[in-house]
Amino acid sequence: MTLDLSLLPDGGVRWLDASGAHSDVVLSTRVRLARNVDGFAFTGRARDGERLRVLAQVRDALQQVPDLPQHFLVRVDELGPGERAMLFERHLVSKELAGLDAQHPLRSGAAVYLSDGLSVMINEEDHLRLQSLQSGFELRAAFAALDRIDREIGARVPFSYHPEFGFLTACPTNVGTGMRASVLIHLPGLVLTKEIGRVLAGLQQMGLTYRGLYGEGSEVVGNFFQISNQTTLGRSEEDLLDQLIRVVGHVIEREEEGRRVLLRDAGYIIEDKLWRAYGTLRYARSLTFDEAMNYLSGVRLAVGLKLIRGLSVYTLNKLLIFSQAAHLSAAEGRSLTDSETNLARARYVRRALEDEAGAVG
Amino acid sequence: MVCDNCHERDAVVNLTTIENNAVRQLHLCEQCAAERGVETTVATPKHPLGEFLQAVQQQSGPASADAGKCAFCGLTMKDFRATGRMGCSRCYSTFETSMRELLRRVHGSPRHIGRPYRAPKDDVLEKASVLGELRDKLRRAIDQEQFEVAAQLRDRIRVLE
Repeated sequence: MTLDLSLLPDGGVRWLDASGAHSDVVLSTRVRLARNVDGFAFTGRARDGERLRVLAQVRDALQQVPDLPQHFLVRVDELGPGERAMLFERHLVSKELAGLDAQHPLRSGAAVYLSDGLSVMINEEDHLRLQSLQSGFELRAAFAALDRIDREIGARVPFSYHPEFGFLTACPTNVGTGMRASVLIHLPGLVLTKEIGRVLAGLQQMGLTYRGLYGEGSEVVGNFFQISNQTTLGRSEEDLLDQLIRVVGHVIEREEEGRRVLLRDAGYIIEDKLWRAYGTLRYARSLTFDEAMNYLSGVRLAVGLKLIRGLSVYTLNKLLIFSQAAHLSAAEGRSLTDSETNLARARYVRRALEDEAGAVG
Repeated sequence: MVCDNCHERDAVVNLTTIENNAVRQLHLCEQCAAERGVETTVATPKHPLGEFLQAVQQQSGPASADAGKCAFCGLTMKDFRATGRMGCSRCYSTFETSMRELLRRVHGSPRHIGRPYRAPKDDVLEKASVLGELRDKLRRAIDQEQFEVAAQLRDRIRVLE
């Protein structure tokens, strides 16, 4: 099986198009629901045959859902490691489903339904992980899209459900609603003004948590944080969403305030630093991933502060995805060593910025 | 080493600052570091499962009431403590007492008040499973270019739908 992501609008990364609310601060919104099919052991304990039967049941159910936007099934278990890494780099599947996590080798029956902004991972830690990805700060829209497909599948496949505990999941931290709602947010203003520690501590007091760019266990790079609900039980989906909307709204205000303070107190220093970041990206010959992320973070801030004009946020967002190792290897048509990857990354970033360089000022 | 700022608590953070080209080393406790905006936990966010497993480990007493194996998947509480994952939906009933206590600790409440769910009725499922089988056969027939068989299968699927 080969992977053809061109079948999806924008290769499945339309959530980067910066069309949603507050997209200068919030890159994307994701909501996911964890569900299991009754009558089978959870994925980690299921036999190969059980996982294939889960896959067949979900596939049949999805075929019966009316008016489902264009979608297709990718048998992740039949893909090579490079293609699986590309799906992961585009945030379309988790590291676990892609079999890239040392603790979780690739499972037979691992698959994903991909559609515009919507995907259903099959045989992840739970039998189903439905997720909706939207550009900007759009929690309600993301949930609405997901809720519909969840009801449609749940009317055709029996989900594991306990009258007291709610939807049952492999990990008890997901029991109840099975819902994890998160926003990927860029907070350079709070990091540079050293307010970030207080804000993050506040999140935890509110029952929210944060992670790096790639979710659980990933490090914070380039000042990108994923803020999400910590608990899934004892509160309704609407309640959990309302709280996240309220708190993230507050974080956005603090970030904007931080950016104003930076400009007021350190205007020319900041301006100089951010233009240097742009200059490095525009002319460097070798860039590590962390370097690229940090300079991109700077340029993103400069665009948000209107210190650099004529550069689109969409271009910057796409650079975050397409300058990663598996994408660079795919573009070069062969696997690359680390130093080759750094050279290819710098070349890719230079070309992407060159296209818009005429308008930048 | 005690904290350079409060001179009370143990210093856990070494802060290097450069002011007017002079390098200055500060040894701070977590609290004073946080007051200066140095977050010691940014790079290693709190892992909800880590805390959660800790809660499992600390659990004693009622847990032993759930000794035994899940009749469906064979999971024991020992397996669960090792992986942090339940084996199947039946495990939640098998170890219900432990799970209720655990869910209360992890989520603050053991009671689901989100969207209720009713699984589809047996006849719906049966029809879906027959339909699934017919669709499998249809795919195979098309793959093997048995178009007459495929046409019949398609008609049967239409009737059921």
